[in-house]
Amino acid sequence: MKIKYLSEKIIEGLIYGSGWITTVVVVIIVVFLFREGSGLFNKKPLEEGYGIVINAENKVRQITAQEIRQIFEKDITNWKELGGADEKIVVFSLSNIDKYFSEKDLGESYSLLSEKIKEFVQQNKGVIAVFPEKYLDESLAHLEIAPISFWSFISGKDWYPTATPSPQLGVLAIILGTLWVSFGAMLFALPIGISVAIYMAEIAEKRVRELLKPFIELLAGIPSVVFGFFGLVYIVPLLQNLFNLPVGETALAGSILLGIMALPTIITLSEDAIRSVPRELKEASFALGANHWQSIARVIVPYAKSGVISACILGIGRAIGETMAVLMVTGNAAVIPTSFLEPVRTITATIASELGEAQQGGMHYEALFLLGSILFIITFFINWIAELVTKKK
Amino acid sequence: MQNIKSIKQAIAFTIFRILAGLIVGILLTIFLFIFLRGIGMISWEFLTTVPREGMLKGGIVTAIVGTFLLVFYSALIAFPVGILSGIYMNEYLKDGKIKRFITMITNNLAGIPSVVFGLFGLSIFVNTLGWGVSVISGAFTLAIMILPIVIRTTEESLKQVEYNFRLASYAMGATKWQTIWKIVLPTAMPNIITGLILSVGRVAGETAPIIFTAVAYFLPTIDFAIDKPVMALPYHLYVLSTSGINLQASRNVAFGTALVLVSLIFILNLLANFLRKRLKVSSTK
Repeated sequence: MKIKYLSEKIIEGLIYGSGWITTVVVVIIVVFLFREGSGLFNKKPLEEGYGIVINAENKVRQITAQEIRQIFEKDITNWKELGGADEKIVVFSLSNIDKYFSEKDLGESYSLLSEKIKEFVQQNKGVIAVFPEKYLDESLAHLEIAPISFWSFISGKDWYPTATPSPQLGVLAIILGTLWVSFGAMLFALPIGISVAIYMAEIAEKRVRELLKPFIELLAGIPSVVFGFFGLVYIVPLLQNLFNLPVGETALAGSILLGIMALPTIITLSEDAIRSVPRELKEASFALGANHWQSIARVIVPYAKSGVISACILGIGRAIGETMAVLMVTGNAAVIPTSFLEPVRTITATIASELGEAQQGGMHYEALFLLGSILFIITFFINWIAELVTKKK
Repeated sequence: MQNIKSIKQAIAFTIFRILAGLIVGILLTIFLFIFLRGIGMISWEFLTTVPREGMLKGGIVTAIVGTFLLVFYSALIAFPVGILSGIYMNEYLKDGKIKRFITMITNNLAGIPSVVFGLFGLSIFVNTLGWGVSVISGAFTLAIMILPIVIRTTEESLKQVEYNFRLASYAMGATKWQTIWKIVLPTAMPNIITGLILSVGRVAGETAPIIFTAVAYFLPTIDFAIDKPVMALPYHLYVLSTSGINLQASRNVAFGTALVLVSLIFILNLLANFLRKRLKVSSTK
């Protein structure tokens, strides 16, 4: 009897513990995501082990990652543009060193490189020299790169995480791409989803409804990668021919798939909301002489509004978080979207396609975790809003 | 006036019917395309041999076994914890702030995108705990992903068990746990099992959480070890359809893989539906 009592206590202890499992898990997820992601802000956006030196007379002491890129792409050619003296910028790095020094000058296995850099930097007023730190003499004036700020991460337009010498980690185009594709999906998923929900809750006969229900469950059960495959094989070529595009992998292809994938969520939840409208309301509406459609449009749906809206919000959340299908059909070009007929890149696709190549603990890796954190926050907010909307009723 | 009213209604209802038909059409289109082009690939050899010649020939048995392993272990982890958690929510926790809080957190966990679970799994299981890319890392990641589904299913099923059953049991002198174990759980089991089957389908089809935690591009042998990477059906389909050198040749294998994956999900769904109807015991509301 006693043993039985004891084992019962143990089981109940387990039950109490398990009850809090989701809370614990969510906390751990938050800790790990943000811990990995926040490392990015403590790092200089420069290739590992590299340093930048300039002439001692140069007044510029700090520039941003984006400015480095502009210098290397010759968009910025004068120190004046960076707040320095009117002096032409001379880029000096391993990739153009042969312009100034021959292999003989540099000695066997670069033994003289350090000296030559020092010489060159001291003689050229406009020089910006990017080399591995071990070749840079300490007496030279170092140019600092501003660490990445959260704002520059969010608002940066360039995503070249593996660019040298300075990786460009701006995710504006990626975030906008995500919203763009989801927006396109909702343009047709919302009207269709709500209509079908109304049909199933109000109009369809019981027999038809019981036939439709498993179809919608099956649609919800089809794996995302199968949708992606279907899109790649049929929708992408179709769009390419239809609109005469250079590539069929476009935002539109992603939107179509996401719309289809969000439909079950929207339909099931809206239907539940519409079905829970009290009978009396409908009867009262009929009694006033309204026909079925009028009752639906003016009484039933308005009454179920909060439930339907929350269903739609959750559908949007589903679309934003979807990975494989968009990865396979949207073309993944990190440019700010302007049309539905161009490739875009989403947060989820960026993570899924790049995490494999990113070195653990590197800037690229951390930037992807930060993107994941942003995605987490977005979906968290969406869920929270959906819950608020439902509660309001 | 009366006429306009009914015309409007007729138009609206017709549109609704067409849209509902459209949904069925979409599903049938997807399934038919995959079925018609995939069925030619299905053979005993395809299902039971390992991939050969750059995955263009041979079968997909390594991917099938890998998916099976991931499903099995993630179920082993998620089901007991999830069911206990569901019992706690419905049988032990009274309505109030705490219950609302846990429900909210569980809903949020359910809403987290699958790729975020992949990031998390990579960070904690693969790197921090040092399990590497392996079945066990993937299984834990997937288990966390389906945990909310298991909890909700259990909670909903328990809710449907008549309260009188519990009272009768208490009246016989049974303790709370005895009542749950002998009376409430067996009554709710059919519904719980239905939900669990659907969550298994979810695990089998997910790709994003396992890309970085569990899968390998290609493995030549069947291996049941839990500390090594595996191939998995959804990832195999992804690889075949996007990164093959010979896309045209790999397409057929991709269709075969897609058909196997979709059939698996369909069978699980049908099974769940069948059980729901069949096992609907009169003792539930």
